[in-house]
Amino acid sequence: MTPRTLEELRGILGPHGLISSDEELQTYECDALTNFRVLPSAVVLPESTEQVQAVVRLCHRERIPFVARGSGTGLSGGALPVAGGIVIGLSRMKRILEVDLENARVVVEPGVINLDVTGRVASENFFYAPDPSSQSVCSIGGNVAENSGGAHCLKYGFTTTHVLGLEVVLPDGSLVHFGGKTLDMPGYDLAGVFVGSEGTLGIATKITLRIVKRPECVRTLLAAFPSTNEAGTAVSGIIAAGMLPAAIEMMDNLSIQAAEAAVHANYPDCGGLLLVELDGPIAEVDALMAQVGEICRQNGAWEVRVAQSEAERALVWKGRKAAFAAMGRISPNYIVQDGVIPRTSLPLILSEIDQLSAETGLRVANVFHAGDGNLHPLVLYDRRIPGQEQAAVRLSERILELCIEKGGSITGEHGVGEEKKHMMSKMFAEPDLDTMQRVRCAFDPLNLSNPTKVFPRTRLCGEKPGEYVPHPLEVAGVAERY
Amino acid sequence: MSGATLVEPASEKETAAVLQDVNATGRAVLPTGGGTKLDWGNPPRRADMMLSMRRQNRVIEHAWADLTVTVEAGCTIAELQRTLAEHGQRLAVDPLWPERATVGGVLSTNDSGSLRLAYGALRDLIIGVTLVLADGTIASSGGKVVKNVAGYDLPKLATGGMGTLGVITRAVFRLHPLPRNTRTLSIAVADKTEMQQIISAILGAQLTPAAVQARNGNVDILLEGTPDGIAAQESAIQAFGMVQEGSPAVWKAREDLWDGSAIVKFTTLPGRIAAASASFSRFVVQATGIGYAQYDGDFERLRAAMEQDGGSLVILGKTPYDAWGSPGNALPLMRAIKEQFDPKSTLNPGRFVGGI
Repeated sequence: MTPRTLEELRGILGPHGLISSDEELQTYECDALTNFRVLPSAVVLPESTEQVQAVVRLCHRERIPFVARGSGTGLSGGALPVAGGIVIGLSRMKRILEVDLENARVVVEPGVINLDVTGRVASENFFYAPDPSSQSVCSIGGNVAENSGGAHCLKYGFTTTHVLGLEVVLPDGSLVHFGGKTLDMPGYDLAGVFVGSEGTLGIATKITLRIVKRPECVRTLLAAFPSTNEAGTAVSGIIAAGMLPAAIEMMDNLSIQAAEAAVHANYPDCGGLLLVELDGPIAEVDALMAQVGEICRQNGAWEVRVAQSEAERALVWKGRKAAFAAMGRISPNYIVQDGVIPRTSLPLILSEIDQLSAETGLRVANVFHAGDGNLHPLVLYDRRIPGQEQAAVRLSERILELCIEKGGSITGEHGVGEEKKHMMSKMFAEPDLDTMQRVRCAFDPLNLSNPTKVFPRTRLCGEKPGEYVPHPLEVAGVAERY
Repeated sequence: MSGATLVEPASEKETAAVLQDVNATGRAVLPTGGGTKLDWGNPPRRADMMLSMRRQNRVIEHAWADLTVTVEAGCTIAELQRTLAEHGQRLAVDPLWPERATVGGVLSTNDSGSLRLAYGALRDLIIGVTLVLADGTIASSGGKVVKNVAGYDLPKLATGGMGTLGVITRAVFRLHPLPRNTRTLSIAVADKTEMQQIISAILGAQLTPAAVQARNGNVDILLEGTPDGIAAQESAIQAFGMVQEGSPAVWKAREDLWDGSAIVKFTTLPGRIAAASASFSRFVVQATGIGYAQYDGDFERLRAAMEQDGGSLVILGKTPYDAWGSPGNALPLMRAIKEQFDPKSTLNPGRFVGGI
């Protein structure tokens, strides 16, 4: 980064909005996937859409790649900086701009924390439905980039279900609006494409969210099974009975032990734990909860209990949401994986994972969003033992291959980012990926917005006929022209 | 389209071969399914061929235990629903003319229906799509699982795209169980103010209706669930007005608008339904803020007022006006996407917003 560029950035952001010393830049060298690290050339912390635009315009003019970053909780390296590039941190843009209860809409800046949206509307009996486990720290802007899910997407859908409108700074610095407060705006569903694009299509600076009326009651049931197989059969039974619970979560014994050690969630010590949440009108939930309990018992649950108070319910969820972090209690290092299978393949893939675990000698803990077949295998290892980290990475990738073989996906909610881009060609054929990159070429023909992520190979977009100017990535031999 | 040849490819590959040829020879194509909405959108600038998907009409895989279905674009909605019902399931949408309308056509025109209130729109239910692009490229995105964030969400781009980016050849949907019990309630209302009050009261309560719509003089409510749950909700709704048992036929009221009159689709906020429908005497408006009405007044003035209010007004059928109205400041980007997918404007040229 030239001194002149830094000076210009300082001019845009003021003295407190620019970070350029190596020591301070280290804070931004990775997101929550810490095994990838790249030191950015500069970090900017804009406080307004205008500042974001000014920075992106400069990047466009100088052909400097940039990476947007929210709270840095991403698990696939989506906010990993690009060498020689700028990180645009949006955590200072954290105003809730509008709360429209009559129409169930909230307009926020990207740095607003997920849980703060619910916090703002809870007294009026509304909530913001997407609830990733990191919801107390992760930002809405990051949720938009990753199309974050959470435990309750089985019933309520994902971030994309709840984003109605976006103000976006495109990679050339222009400001555009997708969707709006009303539904079905004329034109392509660009909000639908932008959500989940992992920062590769531009930067959202304002987001219109749909909030949801809190159900009349919420009940959570815990059921203890001898193993995950019986628990899995119970899940199929619940779905086959025509119910749509708000959440169905499953934990295996290793995860239960870790969660107990970390937060004392008072889980039964069992081989497979099911957590089923129903919500809605009291009469409806009571009738269905009785059936869920019955289905669990029929499938071998030896303990079935419904949380009796809000505090008890909160504790049940605390244990589940702490499960990833809790692995630190039982293993020095671990890989959090995120794969999806058709739910009916659950018993099969679990036995295959068991077998892989036995072959490699590495323990694998399993936490699932069982209702939608989203697995979070946690591969435990010890970095100090030579070769074990590589073996753990191989094992976790093998699990993803098993997901693909079963017609599933390599990611249900964590994103492709840096971590899984090489797996994309196993899931999609070349024409599929090329077609996605056509979208990217329309948004970002110079490939400046979070380049090198999501796709296995960066393809440059044919520009309009005229003088041929090689792209820096092309010169460096890391990309080819498209 | 008079003068256009009709081609009915039997497979994805045949579709690709036809499009590749048409594209190479500079002709224009109008993709079609059941032909129920051929007059939606602006008239295409050119149409040398009508590409019908009706021979590609199979339900490829109903993975009922996983609550998903893979279906070819030419399958009618009614046929799909009959297949799904064999295992007690449904695609939770209620589009127009389901006996004739096809999966591909309903997706391309984004016609979800009133169940959207509870189950989301087509954009929320589609989890995978296969498109054949103008140059013959066959491209799939999304997948067969409900939860999946690998790659760009092209199913959403295709939904509502009026067939201008590619021809949808197959789609994958998430499904819902058929409701065990349903009950339709109707509340007679004296005027639009009362209509708005009742809609807002229902939306503001902790109720879970599957659908709510207002039409001339009535608000209709669809309840689904257990007998106890339905009864409890019904008694809560009685606080809002004089509740009568309604006929399931009221959910077809939207179709009845098409009696030869000019029809508009308007969008507004749930709390602005009364204001937005002030100009209409025959209308059906869903509580999500999406309405349909007969209207032959001053389109441009009404559209300006709707857009001023944050909504939109689209004309569904033959019209001398622009069918769409303003797509906002993202139009150049929409054109850039079209340019990437279909640089020669082979597919439905001019039918979509801003001349796309």
